[in-house]
Amino acid sequence: MNNSIFDSIYILILAGFVGYEVIRRVTPLLHTPLMSATNAISGISLVGSLVAAGSNQSFLSTLLGFIAVTASTINVVGGFMITDRMLRLFKRKEDNRP
Amino acid sequence: MTSYLFDAAYLIAAVLFILGLMALNSPKTARRGIFMAEIGMFMAVVGTLLRKEIVSFEWIIVGFIIGSLIGGAMAIWMPMTAMPQRIALSHSFGALAAALVGIVKYHEHAPNIDSALMAVVGFEVLLGSLTVTGSLMAFGKLQELIKGAPVVYKFQNISNIILFFGTVSLFIILIINPGLTALFYVIIAAGLLLGVLIVLPIGGADMPVVLALLNSYSGLAAAATGFAIDNKMLIIAGALDGASGFFLSMMMSKAMNRSFTNVLFGAVGSVKQNQAGEAGEKTVTSYTTEDVSYILENAQSVIIIPGYGMAVAQAQHVLQELASMLIARGTQVRYAIHPVAGRMPGHMNVLLAEANVPYDLLCEPDQINNDFPNTDVVIVVGANDVVNPAARYKKDSPLYGMPIFDADKARTIVILKRSLKAGFAGEDNELFYDKKTMMVFGDAKQSLMSLVQLLKENAPVLAN
Repeated sequence: MNNSIFDSIYILILAGFVGYEVIRRVTPLLHTPLMSATNAISGISLVGSLVAAGSNQSFLSTLLGFIAVTASTINVVGGFMITDRMLRLFKRKEDNRP
Repeated sequence: MTSYLFDAAYLIAAVLFILGLMALNSPKTARRGIFMAEIGMFMAVVGTLLRKEIVSFEWIIVGFIIGSLIGGAMAIWMPMTAMPQRIALSHSFGALAAALVGIVKYHEHAPNIDSALMAVVGFEVLLGSLTVTGSLMAFGKLQELIKGAPVVYKFQNISNIILFFGTVSLFIILIINPGLTALFYVIIAAGLLLGVLIVLPIGGADMPVVLALLNSYSGLAAAATGFAIDNKMLIIAGALDGASGFFLSMMMSKAMNRSFTNVLFGAVGSVKQNQAGEAGEKTVTSYTTEDVSYILENAQSVIIIPGYGMAVAQAQHVLQELASMLIARGTQVRYAIHPVAGRMPGHMNVLLAEANVPYDLLCEPDQINNDFPNTDVVIVVGANDVVNPAARYKKDSPLYGMPIFDADKARTIVILKRSLKAGFAGEDNELFYDKKTMMVFGDAKQSLMSLVQLLKENAPVLAN
C-alpha cells in the first residue's frame, strides 16, 4: 500500500505540472469552454461510481453508487455537450455565416 | 491478461485528456480536442464496465439514463449568460460523486481500514463535501436565489479558522483511529458547513475567482478518488482539473488586483467609497447618440470595450449590428476583452461569439493596448473599472496596479452608461470627466439601437 501511495503521489504531482503548463497555453478566448471541458473530464469519478453501483456489496453501496453515477453522468454528458455547443459559436470573419 | 487491457484503456484515456486540453490553445483545433477527450472518456467507461467486479447493471443503466437526460437538457437549453451558474452546479455534482464514492469505500473497509487509505478517503470526503455546499452557495448567489452581497458578521474569520483547524484535528484523530464511524460523519458535516461559510462572505464581483477555485477543489476530489480506488488515470484527470482551476483562479485574482487570501478572507465588495467629496468639483458633459453618430461616421478605427453591464442589458446583438455597419463602411473595428469582463473567466468571449462576433476581432489586453493612441473612437459599453486610469498612478486606490485598457489615450472616448456610479471597486472614474470623453447616459441597448438607426439614416452605405 505504502509503495503504491507514493507512486500515486508522484503521478499526481507530475500530472499537476503537466496540467499547469498545458492550461497556461490555452487561449484566454476559450477559458469558459476550458472550464466546462475540465468539468466534464472530472466527471471521470464516474469510474469509481460505476464500481460502487454495480459491485453488489450492500444496499448502501448500490444506493450511493447510483446517485454518484447519476451525478457524474450529468457532468460528463452535459459538460461535453455544452463545451461543443460553445466552441461551435466561435467563428472567424471568413467563415460563411447563414 | 485482461487486466493489462483495462490498464491500457485507462492509459490511453489519460493521454487523450491531455491532448484534448492542449488542442484548446486555438479555436481551430478546439472542437477536435473535445472530441478526443470524449473518446478518452468513452474508453475509460467501457473499460470499467467490462471489469469483473461489476456484476449488476440495472442501477448503472438507470443512472446513465437520468444523468444523460438532465445533463443533456441543461446543455441544450441553458442560455450562455447562465454559464457561470451551470459550471457552479456541475462542480457540486462532481464533488458529490467523489464524496459518495468515498463514503462507500469507507464502509467497504471499516472498521479494519488502514490509516493510509483512511487519510485518502477522508481527504476525498472532506474536500468533496466542502465543494458540494460551496458550489451550491456560489450557484445560489449567481442565480440570485441568495443575496449576492457579501454576508459579514463579527468574528467571522476567526470562527472560520477555528472550524477549519478543528476539522483538521478531528481528521487526524480519525486517521489514527479509523474505526470511529461517528467521527467520519462529523467530518462530513463539518465539510458541508465549511463550504457554506467560505462562500458566504464573497461578493458577486469575486465570483470568477471562487468558481475557478471550486473547479480546482472538485478536480482534487476526483484525484483523491483515484487514490482511494487506486486508479492512476483518475489521479491524472483530477490533477489536470485541479491545475486548471488553480491557474484560472490565480489569473483572475491578478486581473482583479486581489490577492488570493484577500478574496478568501477579506469579505471584499464592502470597500468604502472614499472619493465622495471629489466628484462634485468636476463637470461631466452629457452627449446624445446623435453627437456620437457624427463622430462614428468619420472614424477610421474603433475599439469597443464591453463589460458585464452590456450582457445584463442584453445589448451584444445590437452592438454587433453597429460593429458590422461600421465595418461595412470600411472602419476598422475590434473588441477589447478584459479577463474580468464577465462573470467567469472567458465569459465575455462566449457571449460575443454567440452574437456572431468573429473571434479574430476579440483582443486581449496585451494584443491591443498599444493601439489606443492611434484609435479614433473607443466605445465603452457597461464597463468601468477596466478603463479607470487611477489603476496606473493612484497608489491609495483599490484599483492600483490592476491591468487596464488605456482607453484614455484614444482620440475620443464614448461611454454608454446609466449613471456616474463607481464600479465594483468603489473608485471614482476620472475618465468620465475627461474633455475627450462623450458620456451618453441611459440604457446601453437603447443607446446602441438609436446609434444603429442614426447611422442608417444619415449615411446609408451604397450597396456593393
